[in-house]
Amino acid sequence: MATTAAAPAFAPGKAAEYGTSGVWSWITTVDHKRIGALYLYTALFFFLFGGIEAGIIRWQLALPNQHVVSAEMYNQLFTMHGTTMIFLAVMPLSAAFFNFLIPLQIGARDVAFPRLNAFSYWVYVLGGLFMTIPIFFNAAPNGGWFGYAPLTTMQFSGGLNIDFWVMGLQILGISSLAAAFNFITTIINMRAPGMTLMRMPMFTWMAFVVQFLLVLAFPVITIALVFLLFDRFFGTNFYAIAAGADPLLWQHLFWVFGHPEVYILILPAFGLVSEILPTYSRKPLFGYNVMVYSGIMIGFLGFGVWAHHMFSVGMGAMADTIFALTTMLIGIPTGVKIFNWIATMWGGQIRFTTAMKFGIGLVGLFTIGGISGVMHSSPPADLQQTDTYFIVAHFHYVLFGGSIMGIFGGIYHYFPKITGRYLDEKLGSWHFWINFIGMNLTFFPMHYSGMLGMPRRVYTYDSGQGWETFNLMSSIGTVLIVIGTAIFVVNFLRSRKHGAIAPNDAWGAGTLEWSIPSPPPDYNFAEIPVVTSRYPLWDLKSPDKTAGIAHSAPDSLTITDAHAVPMHEETGGKTAAQLGIPMPFPTVKPAIAALAIIVMFSGLLFMHVGKFSVAMAVTLSGAVLFVGTLYAWLTSPLE
Amino acid sequence: MSDHGHADHAHEHPTWKQYKWVAIILGVITGIEVWIYYTPFKDSPYFVPTLLILSATKFVIVVMFYMHLKYDHKLFRALFTGPLLIAMSTIAALLFLFINRHHAVV
Amino acid sequence: MATAVAHEPHEHAHYTTTGLDHRKIAIWAFIGSECMLFASLISTYLIYKGRSIVGPFPHEAWTSPDGHVFKPILNIPVTSQSTFVLLMSSLAMVLALAAVENRNKPKPARITLGYRILSSSRLWLGMTALMGATFLGYQAFEFTSFVHEGLTIRTNLFGSSFFTLTGFHGAHVTVGVLWLLTLLAIDFKRGLTPKDALIVDICALYWHFVDVVWIAIFTLVYLIK
Repeated sequence: MATTAAAPAFAPGKAAEYGTSGVWSWITTVDHKRIGALYLYTALFFFLFGGIEAGIIRWQLALPNQHVVSAEMYNQLFTMHGTTMIFLAVMPLSAAFFNFLIPLQIGARDVAFPRLNAFSYWVYVLGGLFMTIPIFFNAAPNGGWFGYAPLTTMQFSGGLNIDFWVMGLQILGISSLAAAFNFITTIINMRAPGMTLMRMPMFTWMAFVVQFLLVLAFPVITIALVFLLFDRFFGTNFYAIAAGADPLLWQHLFWVFGHPEVYILILPAFGLVSEILPTYSRKPLFGYNVMVYSGIMIGFLGFGVWAHHMFSVGMGAMADTIFALTTMLIGIPTGVKIFNWIATMWGGQIRFTTAMKFGIGLVGLFTIGGISGVMHSSPPADLQQTDTYFIVAHFHYVLFGGSIMGIFGGIYHYFPKITGRYLDEKLGSWHFWINFIGMNLTFFPMHYSGMLGMPRRVYTYDSGQGWETFNLMSSIGTVLIVIGTAIFVVNFLRSRKHGAIAPNDAWGAGTLEWSIPSPPPDYNFAEIPVVTSRYPLWDLKSPDKTAGIAHSAPDSLTITDAHAVPMHEETGGKTAAQLGIPMPFPTVKPAIAALAIIVMFSGLLFMHVGKFSVAMAVTLSGAVLFVGTLYAWLTSPLE
Repeated sequence: MSDHGHADHAHEHPTWKQYKWVAIILGVITGIEVWIYYTPFKDSPYFVPTLLILSATKFVIVVMFYMHLKYDHKLFRALFTGPLLIAMSTIAALLFLFINRHHAVV
Repeated sequence: MATAVAHEPHEHAHYTTTGLDHRKIAIWAFIGSECMLFASLISTYLIYKGRSIVGPFPHEAWTSPDGHVFKPILNIPVTSQSTFVLLMSSLAMVLALAAVENRNKPKPARITLGYRILSSSRLWLGMTALMGATFLGYQAFEFTSFVHEGLTIRTNLFGSSFFTLTGFHGAHVTVGVLWLLTLLAIDFKRGLTPKDALIVDICALYWHFVDVVWIAIFTLVYLIK
């Protein structure tokens, strides 16, 4: 297995004139696997960038009374660290997996709207740059990742910083919404014959729930941002206290979005862990049905808890109580998942691969984060905890210990499928352990400094308050995280060219994506298989594992696609043309449409530097470019 | 047998007669809404609930018949009802949260 | 094992799990997101109802500190007309779709004028677009007269929330009208056949939804004080 032959490149597609290598082929790709790779690389870049921002914060806070950076720059750093990690790192890392994995897991050849898919990516990367570049000009967003108005209105934030934030988020919202419509349609409508919803892999299920959260939550922040944009650019009164505006309007609208957003951040990682644990325990997932229903419950209930972010604003006893109850309630479906994961491992033949370590890491660390979360759900207790480092501890346990651990597990698990080579397990082990220790060393002490009253978002602190030791520990932990992450980067870059070659089924897993070559040919499946259970590949290769699970016989199903065939492992080697499979044409139009959107928003910026006619000209040209590109896009055939 | 991706457009359709009646009913309800706005009924505590019920009726009629949710695959009913429920709950919750907040102007 | 299977040209259309077209599923998902978009706008309008510090106000008169008297600014009789036009435009839309779907049905023995009118997709697409444009005309008239009467988007909470809510709705109507005109152009250029029923249906779903949002706005903004 460990040969040094080159892994096959992405199999050539139909439109040879666009090439299969080179920058142009990447700019014009509509292949979900390539788009997934683009998301992965870009998101990892932003993850490192956000990590550097955190590194500078921890450097500043390592000792009391430091002035490594000014207070103003510090505001930009913590704002961009949060914004980057949430919108430019974790969400796109999840998107990388949605893109790459969903069609493969459901037995499809691509997503429902390949060009819209490319569009989502280009809007993301251009929007991300739009929001990130300003920090080099000392003009980065500086109002916190949650941008509370009225602080972020012109009256209190007159520079361009918040403009970049408002418009950047608006742009990113377009990317996420478009992708959500795409994946909802894909999951509903492109599953292989026999793959009922209750036979879908757990990652696809969690992804499915997340798409609905995106569809329902993003419009709300879109409107909140529209109000802020209009206030800042057109003089409206949505957040203008002097005109009678309510200072809580922004907070409510933001958190109606913001709470589902955190489930958007964690559910994909949960899905990845639900793929990892069964594989390396050589056992089916325990309680599949319950895992599905709890995921749906979390998504649904997630819309009813948002004001627990506002326990200190004076909503009144009734509101506080209701939101406390709903928040406590949502701990139940989440806790259920933890138990199901443990039961999955129980009695299994555990292999401690790197992916497994990260998976188990999530189970443990997310539980810690969940416990502090339940502590916040009591309004009186939260009055002490809110706006302190206790909260910072909580959300880093669930986001780093949860989302990031799950995502890294997914990367180690799926790297062989994406590239055809394994990541090095030894380096992976170092990465995991150094990061695990570093993460705990960084964030556990924050429970203490928070309890001792250290506020959030302070650029420095005085000595003698009992916070020094904990801050120093956190900063040392950060150094470990940096080292662990660096090891990962080295591993990632080296293994692309020098990793051990991986077969179709790199780990002995049970789902469809492992039945095709690594990396998959551009058409994914030469023949769409008929699916008769949740673990089609185990049925084929290790039926003892799935003896206890409901199956149907292949011919008892009505095969509604005359071209579908019984489940089998594919060996690849043929092109789409040879197989007669029509492939979508690569096209640059989605990228241009994305660029047009950035241009439109950028035009507005000129209004705030006094150049109104330039603003009009730029925005109008962007609009014309957008409409023209859209027209060309919609009137050209997909394949 | 094979429904290859072509939207098998509902086997039943509203007929031209039904469309005509739907339009008439919608027009009549709108007329009633505007009419009661100009009568003393508008000062009664039942005015607002009545309007809400009348509008909700129009809403449902347009969605069921013009958007033919009544005749289409059940999937679309699920795809619409979920978001609608969450939207209405959110409006209701926000209204309750803001109901007693009157501020002195700073 | 991957044998080269002879496939027909891609005309044979792609397998789908449900038998439904991707685009129809996508438009309903989009409509779901629009429910939340307008819910946020409507909530804000309702939250800010009655909280404007200065007028003009929607349903009451107001005297400004310098003695200028402002009438209640909403014009129910005029807006009822535009509401009615938009509502009837949905009927036109439904007839347009029916005309396209039934294009290839066998014609009756005697072709009456009524039949010709009902079966003309161009007429009904055009009528829908015309009625939509009429609605927009009413809106433009309303907006400009409000501005003349002293209510702009910056004047007070009512102005901000009213113009933003109805403006967003109007923008949606505008997109719909452009969409309809595009379909009309296609109908003139190559004719819309029953195979095009889906794209007309998708436009229709969007159009009806925009109408339904107006039903909510008309009641909550105009009729309820």
